[in-house]
Amino acid sequence: MPEPVILVDNLVKRYERTVAVAGIGFVVERGVTAALLGGNGAGKTTTLSILLGLLLPTSGTVQVFGEDVVQHRYRVLPRMNFSSPYVDLPHRLTVRQNLSIYARLYGLPRRAERIAQLAHDLQFETLLDRPAGKLSSGQKTRVALAKALLNEPELLLLDEPTASLDPDSGDWVRGYLEGYCAQTGATILLASHNMAEVERLCSQVMMMKEGQIVDRGSPDELINRYGRTNLEEVFLHIARDRRPVLEPVA
Amino acid sequence: MSNREMRRFGEAKFSPARVWAMLLRYLYILRSSWPRTIELLYWPTLQMMIWGFMSQFLRHNSTYIAQAFGVLLAAVMLWDLLFRSQLGLSISFLEEMWSRNLGQLFVTPLRPYEWVLSLLAMSVIRVTIGIVPAMLLAIPLYHYSIFDMGWALVAFIAVLMGMGWALGLAICGGILRHGMGAEGLAWTVIFALAPLSCVYYPVTILPSWLQPVAWALPSTHVFEGMRAVLFHHTFQLDNFLAAVALDLVFLVAGAAIFVIAFRNARRRGALLQMGE
Repeated sequence: MPEPVILVDNLVKRYERTVAVAGIGFVVERGVTAALLGGNGAGKTTTLSILLGLLLPTSGTVQVFGEDVVQHRYRVLPRMNFSSPYVDLPHRLTVRQNLSIYARLYGLPRRAERIAQLAHDLQFETLLDRPAGKLSSGQKTRVALAKALLNEPELLLLDEPTASLDPDSGDWVRGYLEGYCAQTGATILLASHNMAEVERLCSQVMMMKEGQIVDRGSPDELINRYGRTNLEEVFLHIARDRRPVLEPVA
Repeated sequence: MSNREMRRFGEAKFSPARVWAMLLRYLYILRSSWPRTIELLYWPTLQMMIWGFMSQFLRHNSTYIAQAFGVLLAAVMLWDLLFRSQLGLSISFLEEMWSRNLGQLFVTPLRPYEWVLSLLAMSVIRVTIGIVPAMLLAIPLYHYSIFDMGWALVAFIAVLMGMGWALGLAICGGILRHGMGAEGLAWTVIFALAPLSCVYYPVTILPSWLQPVAWALPSTHVFEGMRAVLFHHTFQLDNFLAAVALDLVFLVAGAAIFVIAFRNARRRGALLQMGE
């Protein structure tokens, strides 16, 4: 039986007057690339933040690698990593300095080798000594991805990994992620509202709306279920035509 | 190091290597901007020069200064040390805010207390860069060496650094709680304590009802102790012990404010969103 890497059960995050996540539940098994799909304010980033231990849930269970993230986040943090275009790397440090600091924080051996290898793989060798603040959006995304891969994570959480990239760069990043998963067997959970990206990368999709998972399945299952031709149409259908909310996975 | 060793490194409750990583980050930032490094030296040196000339003028016009020439110079340098130790911690903290980096840092195995230790270490480095040259420059300019106070100076510096850190931690907690709108606290809070710290005058000058408030500050004990050393050549142990005890109270309070604010930031999701 495949091992669950992420297990979320009846997760609730409530702010003073807002319910950001309203009792969701899902399981992501080892080696799977899954997506939280939904519009702005659907609760995707909140869910990722809770999985990373950056945000405390109001109630519910969140386990990563079988460990309770709220209680034992430091047992799982060395095995996972995160990338988001909305969280910067310090601008005045060079790319090499930035990556070197994070490599030290993870206790990486042979830091220079690892950084050189990632720079080669992600094609930013010429940028290593440039300040992070002087990079273009596409270059920043590659460097952020390198930071997220420094510790060769078994679980990668990505928040809109190709946001603000041109189609060519976006396609390149998606190709790289596919290669990384094939090579390492890593699990990916990404939050996105890029339907084409999700269709290409993910075998499991959770459609979120107003803090709830309103439907789930593989991209093909969802497309067939709604009688549509692609995930974008499914997304629009759900966004405009409210469906009954599914029960959380026990 | 294998993956298992990396995991063990991540699970270790304390790692000097992670503290060093953060300190290195702040050193890289400091090195990346010469104007900022020069600014560290600029204000303490300027203050020292103004008060040095003032002291030279007053030596011939004031019996108070004539008795102990260095009293104003020592006061301004020690006050600056207190201010810079608080600012040194707060500025390094603000660097993370300005670069929206907290979310990246706290998905690594870095513990909040390891981060705080690196902030304290950076405060020591910033104070050393800023204050020591001013102290040394006073020797050829005014023939006054603050180092003549000997071990008493070490004791005063330790107490003032402790107080600066306590205030710095409380201020960082305030910024974590209220966001960048509270950034100005880093530059202003300490000046509210200056009149009560009795930097340039004895506590007895204050109205009697205000004196107990002044005595509740470690800095007041330091500046009273400093005047005792300069005027009477005696180190007042009771003042020093009171200052240390108050320092401990301040440090516990500052750390508590920081810890509560950090937990609160995790509850509100501010670690990921916080920044300019």
